[in-house]
Amino acid sequence: MSGTGAPLLEVTDLAKHYPITGGRTLRAVDGVSFTLGAGEVLGIVGESGSGKTTLGRTVLRLTAASAGTIRFRGEEITDYSRRRMRPVRRHMQLVFQDPYASLNPRMSVEQILAIPLQVHEPGLKRAERRDRIEAVLSTVGLFPEAASRYPHEFSGGQRQRVGIARALICNPALLVADEPVSALDVSVQAQVVNLLLDLRQRLGLAILFIAHDLAVVGLISDRVAVMYLGRIVEIAETTTLFARPRHPYTEALFSAVPDIGGRHDRILLQGDIPSPVSPPSGCPFRTRCPYAEAACAEALPPLVERAPGHFAACRRPELTLSSPLSPQPVSRFAADA
Amino acid sequence: MSDVLTVTDLAVRFTGEGGIVDAVEGVSFALKERETLAIVGESSSGKSVTALALMRLLGGPPNCVVRGQVTLRRQDGERLELLSLPEARMASIRGRDIGMIFQEPMTSLNPVQRVGAQIAEGLHAHERLSARAASDRAVSLLGHVGIPEPALRARAYPHQLSGGMRQRAMIAMALACRPRVLIADEPTTALDVTIQAQILELIRALQKETGMSVIFITHNLGVVAEVADRVLVMYAGQVVEDAPVATLLGRPLMPYSAGLIASVPRLDDVRRRGGRLAAIPGNVPDPRARPAGCTFHPRCAHARPDPCEAARPALEAAAPDHAVRCARWREIAA
Amino acid sequence: MSAAAPLGSALPAPARGARRPALRRFMRHRLAMFGLAAIVILVVACAIGPYLSPYGPLTIDLRHRFQPPFLGPHLLGTDQLGRDLLVRLLLAGRISLTVGFAAMGLSTVFGVIVGLAAGFYGGWAGTALMRFVDAVLCFPQIFLLLTLAALVSPGVLTITLIVALTSWMEVARVVEGQIRSLRERDFAVAAEAIGVSDTHLMLRELLPNVMAPIVVAATLTVARAILLESYASYLGYGIQPPTPSWGNMLNNAQEYLTSAPWLAIVPGIVITLAVTGFNFLGDGLRDALDPRLDIHR
Ligand SMILES: Nc1ncnc2c1ncn2[C@@H]1O[C@H](COP(=O)(O)OP(=O)(O)OP(=O)(O)O)[C@@H](O)[C@H]1O
Ligand SMILES: Nc1ncnc2c1ncn2[C@@H]1O[C@H](COP(=O)(O)OP(=O)(O)OP(=O)(O)O)[C@@H](O)[C@H]1O
Ligand code: SF4
Ligand SMILES: [Mg+2]
Ligand SMILES: [Mg+2]
Repeated sequence: MSGTGAPLLEVTDLAKHYPITGGRTLRAVDGVSFTLGAGEVLGIVGESGSGKTTLGRTVLRLTAASAGTIRFRGEEITDYSRRRMRPVRRHMQLVFQDPYASLNPRMSVEQILAIPLQVHEPGLKRAERRDRIEAVLSTVGLFPEAASRYPHEFSGGQRQRVGIARALICNPALLVADEPVSALDVSVQAQVVNLLLDLRQRLGLAILFIAHDLAVVGLISDRVAVMYLGRIVEIAETTTLFARPRHPYTEALFSAVPDIGGRHDRILLQGDIPSPVSPPSGCPFRTRCPYAEAACAEALPPLVERAPGHFAACRRPELTLSSPLSPQPVSRFAADA
Repeated sequence: MSDVLTVTDLAVRFTGEGGIVDAVEGVSFALKERETLAIVGESSSGKSVTALALMRLLGGPPNCVVRGQVTLRRQDGERLELLSLPEARMASIRGRDIGMIFQEPMTSLNPVQRVGAQIAEGLHAHERLSARAASDRAVSLLGHVGIPEPALRARAYPHQLSGGMRQRAMIAMALACRPRVLIADEPTTALDVTIQAQILELIRALQKETGMSVIFITHNLGVVAEVADRVLVMYAGQVVEDAPVATLLGRPLMPYSAGLIASVPRLDDVRRRGGRLAAIPGNVPDPRARPAGCTFHPRCAHARPDPCEAARPALEAAAPDHAVRCARWREIAA
Repeated sequence: MSAAAPLGSALPAPARGARRPALRRFMRHRLAMFGLAAIVILVVACAIGPYLSPYGPLTIDLRHRFQPPFLGPHLLGTDQLGRDLLVRLLLAGRISLTVGFAAMGLSTVFGVIVGLAAGFYGGWAGTALMRFVDAVLCFPQIFLLLTLAALVSPGVLTITLIVALTSWMEVARVVEGQIRSLRERDFAVAAEAIGVSDTHLMLRELLPNVMAPIVVAATLTVARAILLESYASYLGYGIQPPTPSWGNMLNNAQEYLTSAPWLAIVPGIVITLAVTGFNFLGDGLRDALDPRLDIHR
């Protein structure tokens, strides 16, 4: 089914709307389209609350989409029932943002890791299951005795490895990793990032890599999508995006990255943080955008291809935005001139 | 500037089914007014346990034994020994004198209570605000931590918020009563960098205004560089290095600190995409069976059997404000 | 309390220990301990008391008719036929307590099933089910009970069924609400992402996390069931003499209210004791099992 040139995952005009109190609607994800090839890593960064988690879960059909389509390995799974989804699930897995909340506190690590095997490989013998569990524990860098422990006996970082182990134990084709390393300390983070790079090479694992750490995203992703208020506002190849961001929000993101070199000048965003319940008219970023003009309030700027493979949703393509790799004189003034 | 919080020889031992875990061994530090102390270190090195022990939020004996001394100097000069305070008294210290932001917001928020009500509850209890005033304050706090439409979001349940919003709700809760000491355990890990910058700014402003001291537990050395005055590096339950931020990030002495700094991903790494990060080899030692000698020696590039495996090195002063726990720091420094 | 935060704390105690703080909180709860003691004493007394008494329940002691409590050979006095009140009380207790526990068991099982299904599948059917529950809850329970009791011939079994039929809604509501919120929690989403069956998800992941409120609700249901049975029997629609129950003892006492008030007072006290006992126990369990006080959810 897969590997015939068609992308592993194809998402078209996906939307997820939540009804909230007062009869209003929260547009957590709106009009999102992208494709992901087998073995490809797509980084997703963006505002907190911009719908990254929701996007990941909707793609995995853990929440029903409100509109749009999801094709996975050539099958359109958008309307699959829970039952029909079940066999598909072994090929798509999720690693959570919060390792504390995603592991059942009443089960030992062995029990936790046994469940996916019981569900998807019921024929496995006890000893084989043991071996698989031991193997996956060592893949994620945990000692074998960890199997008999309970989640609360681990620290955050160790627990996250258990979460990754659970996702990997059935060898999925797609991994949605929702901030898998934000709870880890840098040295373990480095190991886990290396591990993910490795797995991707060895297993041809495609990853939807959601993260806030732009440096990690830059290192691991083939392409990066930047989300703001439920929409993709920029998507491009990683190096292109880092070298020449084309959306002011991307620029602000880069500038806010704290650097080990110490405090530095940055674009501190001002203005109201918009809400997905009542998004501003026109460009969703205009309330905080340093480059906003009156026209920005008029219509939603569409995602336009500004360079080959580089899409941005900003109506001012003439701006030269600064990036960490091409430090510009404070571009705000350059643009004003 | 005087010390607000003094911790002396803090030790925490868990006794579980699997054996004994000395999660924290002999941690000492003093926190000055307005100072920001960062605690960094390997996962499971005991950072959270240290924080929870200060707050007296660990279970009691026989499962968990806490030893040492924690002294809090209150606004009026009164000195309190937190570890021997009656529980009722301690409860009134929590949230008012010492605020805490917990590592994982989802388990610390009550899943079946609206977020605004949870924040208001603290204000109601500690500040004796009327229910109405407390809920108004809760809404304005949510606005301060950058949650859009705070009045609407105050009525949401935790699971209806994004990860970052939950974390901000926790921050609002901890800052609600303007504590003298703020313990922030990974407060910004779930936040995007622009909001993170905003939160750091908020904490800094509050610090300037109220003289609040901060213990900032984080893995993000970039954030450490931004906010900290002093850094405590922990490994396997012990402090292995304690230095002013510039010294530590610029010229670390303990090999573990150096390894930590080397493994920080930087934006420039995009140029060598797919390349590996410099990770410290090996794994955290099993806390139930820590190696003899220096606990870091199995992973250390500078390790020599002679001093390193012989005895647990002591915390030595390399400079008046710089302590290091390494048997070979003199050779390494040279 | 900003302690709301701390309490859900970061580092959960060990799994076994996790139950211990709850146990400790429970043991410290005075009223709950009182309730527990009252219930244990009542249950034990009803179970073995009648065998220890020299009097049978129907033994008629005409020399000691209307003997007031403590003023003769019969400890708690006798009724108009000189039957020993204590023995009758304990035998009635067997019936009343059995009805209480059985009704609790039935209504809890039923309520849990309904709540679990409605909370888990939600949607149109779930909403309809819960609206129905709300509607039934609005209706005074005692009316419902009496209406039903008037339609069928009263007996121990029927009254148990009727009481159960009118008490499952509360449990259903509690469970439904909890399940609906737990389903959104990461550990449940994780199980779903793996592709486990609905039964596994419901029984192994979700239900264990709702045990605490179920236990609390069940305890309070016993109290209510005893009270309901007493009402019904007192009004003559419940357990029929000669089978004694606390309720019909009160009914019988009505005629002699002025001449032999103890006939009403003694069962009255016992009913109060049992009901408050269960209520206190329920409150204590609720406090002890409060997930916010528990170190891990
Ligand atoms: N079950 C729900 N009901 C109502 N609103 C929800 C629900 N889940 C998410 N939302 C809302 O959807 C929006 C997007 O949330 P999401 O968790 O996807 O953000 P995110 O990009 O992952 O943020 P973060 O980086 O903070 O994790 C938020 O405004 C959130 O409040
Ligand atoms: N309740 C407990 N019972 C037994 N061991 C525990 C308990 N809580 C923590 N530990 C152990 O104590 C050690 C210190 O854990 P702690 O959570 O403080 O680490 P940390 O430095 O905060 O790590 P992270 O950065 O991953 O959050 C770990 O080895 C952990 O397994
Ligand atoms: S369209 Fe206007 S408001 Fe939006 S990002 Fe571009 S310049 Fe800013
Ligand atoms: Mg998220
Ligand atoms: Mg921690």
